[in-house]
Amino acid sequence: MYLMVILNGLTMAGYLFIMAIGLNLSFGLMRICNMNHGTFYLLGGFIGWSVVKATGNWWLGLVVVAAAVGLIAFLEEFLLLRRARGKTTVETLITLSLSIIGTDLIIAIWTGKTRQIDIPDFAKGIYRVGNYFFPKFNVLIILFAVAIGFIFWLIYQKTKIGMILRAGVDNFEIVATCGINIKRLFTAVFTVSGALAGIAGVFGGTYQMLVSGQDGTVMIYTLLVVIIGGIGSFGGAIVGSIVIGLIYTVGTMLAPQFSYFFLFAPVALVLAFRPQGLFGKVGRIDD
Amino acid sequence: MQDSNVKLEISNLNAYYGKAFVLHNVSICVEPGEKVAILGRNGMGKTTLLKSIMKLDKLRVEGSIRYGNVELTKLPTYGVARQGIGYVPQGWQLFRSLSVEEHLLMAYRKGTGKDEWTPERVLKTFPEIGRRRKIGGTRLSGGEQQILAIGRALVSNSNLLLMDEPSEGVSTMVLERVRDICSELSEQGKSILLVEQNLSLALGIAKKIYILVNGTIVHSAPAEEFAQDHERQALYLGI
Repeated sequence: MYLMVILNGLTMAGYLFIMAIGLNLSFGLMRICNMNHGTFYLLGGFIGWSVVKATGNWWLGLVVVAAAVGLIAFLEEFLLLRRARGKTTVETLITLSLSIIGTDLIIAIWTGKTRQIDIPDFAKGIYRVGNYFFPKFNVLIILFAVAIGFIFWLIYQKTKIGMILRAGVDNFEIVATCGINIKRLFTAVFTVSGALAGIAGVFGGTYQMLVSGQDGTVMIYTLLVVIIGGIGSFGGAIVGSIVIGLIYTVGTMLAPQFSYFFLFAPVALVLAFRPQGLFGKVGRIDD
Repeated sequence: MQDSNVKLEISNLNAYYGKAFVLHNVSICVEPGEKVAILGRNGMGKTTLLKSIMKLDKLRVEGSIRYGNVELTKLPTYGVARQGIGYVPQGWQLFRSLSVEEHLLMAYRKGTGKDEWTPERVLKTFPEIGRRRKIGGTRLSGGEQQILAIGRALVSNSNLLLMDEPSEGVSTMVLERVRDICSELSEQGKSILLVEQNLSLALGIAKKIYILVNGTIVHSAPAEEFAQDHERQALYLGI
């Protein structure tokens, strides 16, 4: 019973991590909180549902979603956010406006009905280990999140792009004095961030229902991950998503009436005693 | 893109932080291979001058900053750097998330010829940071951080180096190293524009000096001549 709950918690942590890694990077590097990150998630879920319904190919849905939501994120950064660069309030308001517009468009296009993407054939069924049963799709989400995490860790820690990203989180103006086109880097990061949120939407929309308005909830959970882990921290995104995933599922099982208390109490504690998050750093350029 | 035989020419430069008028009609010139120092007391606009060149801090500038045939005021920060201008900021501004070695790898841009500064060459030239290449750059001592900041600018293989108060918070021994590095760069035909309060370091490096008072250039002279001009040193620098 508890093992199953923990597996569910880790499953939620898996797609929250895919969401958070992108939000964390764009938040850390560009200093804007993308309020329509949750909309990218829901949009990804619904686009994925349409593609899978039309073609029956789940993987194709994943690829189309990554490309489509990535393109939307690219256009948002290139056409709108770039013009407001440095004006944090304006940038945040732009993303908030787009979030509201996106939510309405999703209802207009997909009629507001709840949907769920069909589990692909290869991930249907369960793994049995002794007396325990593990749904294959849950395991797939966790493995995919681990793979994404490993790839990003490699890029982040072992490549020049990763060094530039880490340095950019610390002080992007000085990175630019090294001859690096920071605008292009911002666009790339925002695009990848959007694509990842869309991918998380396909996983989330297969694991559970896609519901209009769910973008706000997912956005809040992702923000909680970033707050607990620390802005711009890769390790923080891992730990934060596991903490939120487990707290939510275990809390809901033990005392569902207190599930939000369990979720927000650690966040309040972190903000009070370690506002930079568990793995965040103090004293950034704009502090 | 980079040409070692170019000069930096700043003409009638005004710079503003919002509505604050910081630099007034500043004109200076750095010839190819020349070492120039801007001297002045605190708050006179020396750092602002370098930031105006690098297009930092959202400074609004009027006038002209030409490097060779290129008008730098029309370029973004990275574009200025890519013209072959390296920058050593005041207070070093190292990255908390990068090790010593990663600072150099991140900033490295391929140069040409035997004078190329590679990350490995920097680490060998400055064993004090070479020995600690794997630790975080901001965990070095003040002097070592200064050397790393200079190394980060060197690996960009720029032809003009802007140095903002390299003497700040470092020991006499490190100052000697800074002087040696500048001499070596000069032998390689690179230009240096140094902003300093430390007169002896500036005179030890530069061949020409400008004095900046309240955002205005009030005096310029060959460094040797200014070294003997105790009256102006007292008047402008309070020495």
